[in-house]
Amino acid sequence: MAEMDCGEFVEAVTDHLESNLDEANERRFADHLRSCDGCDRYIGQMRDTILALRQQPRASLSGDARKSLLASFRSSR
Amino acid sequence: MPRTDPVDDAELLARLRAGDEAAFEFLLDLWSGAMLRLAREFVSTADSAAEVVQETWLAVIAGIDKFEGRSSLKTWVFRILINIAKRRGLAEHRSVPFSEMLPVGDAAGPTVDPARFQSPAEPFPHHWRDLPSPWPSPEQALLDGELRGCVAAAVQALPRMQRIVISLRDVHGYGADEVCSMLEISSANQRVLLHRARAFVRGRIEEYFAAVGVRSRGKEELP
Repeated sequence: MAEMDCGEFVEAVTDHLESNLDEANERRFADHLRSCDGCDRYIGQMRDTILALRQQPRASLSGDARKSLLASFRSSR
Repeated sequence: MPRTDPVDDAELLARLRAGDEAAFEFLLDLWSGAMLRLAREFVSTADSAAEVVQETWLAVIAGIDKFEGRSSLKTWVFRILINIAKRRGLAEHRSVPFSEMLPVGDAAGPTVDPARFQSPAEPFPHHWRDLPSPWPSPEQALLDGELRGCVAAAVQALPRMQRIVISLRDVHGYGADEVCSMLEISSANQRVLLHRARAFVRGRIEEYFAAVGVRSRGKEELP
C-alpha cells in the first residue's frame, strides 16, 4: 500500500483516535506521523480541541426543579 | 451525606426500584446536563428544554418498574427525552425531523482546506504547504475565558447533528456506542459527524490563535 500523505492523514485522525483503522492503515498512519512535523502538530491540535471541548460549561437543573423531582421520586415509592 | 455511587445498570435499577433516593439523585446530577443540552436542540427556549428534562424524569419515575432492560438504562432515559423533546418541538413548530438532520451532502468533502496542501504540480503533493502554526501553550490558553467563548461559538455554528454528536462525545464525554444507540445512528455515521465537527472546531481555534497572535504582535510594534 502507498505511503500515507498529509491530506489522507488529517481525514484519518478521528478513525485513529477511535481505534477504527485496520492494522495496515494504522501502520501507515503511524509511519506518516513519525516522519511529518505538520501532522504531528495537527493531531496534537485535535487532541487540544477535544480538551477544550471537555472544558465547556455544562448546564444543570435549577435548584427548584431538582428539589421537585426528588420529591416526586420519594412520593412515587 | 456519604453515599456510594452505583456502578452498573443492574445495581442502579434495583436501587431505583427500591426507592433509593441517593441513586436517583446520582443519576439526576449525572445526566441532566447532557439532557438539557440535547433537549435544547429540539425546542425553542432554554426554559422549554428544562421542562422537557423535567417531564422526562417524571416519565422515568413512572416507568422504571416496567423498564425491560433491552437497552442500557441511560439509552432508555435519553430516548424518552428525545421523544418528548421532538413532540414539544413539533408543537412549537420548531422541530426538524431526525432523518433530515442526518448528514447527506454534509458528509462530503475534506475537513481541511485543500489549499493547505501542495498541489500535484508541487514537489510534495498532498503534503503541508506550510505547517499548521503552533498554538500558544495550550493547557494555559485553554483556561482562558475568551477561548472558551470561541469554542462555544464554533459548536453553535455546526450543523445540528454534528453539534449533537460532538456535545455528547466531547463536552459530556459519552462513549461512541452509547451515543449511537441514543441517537439511533450507525457507528460509521457517528464517526463522520464527530470527525467533521472536531475538524471544524479545531479550525476555529486555529483562527482564534492566529488573530490573537496578530493582535499581540501589533501591540509590540506600537512605539
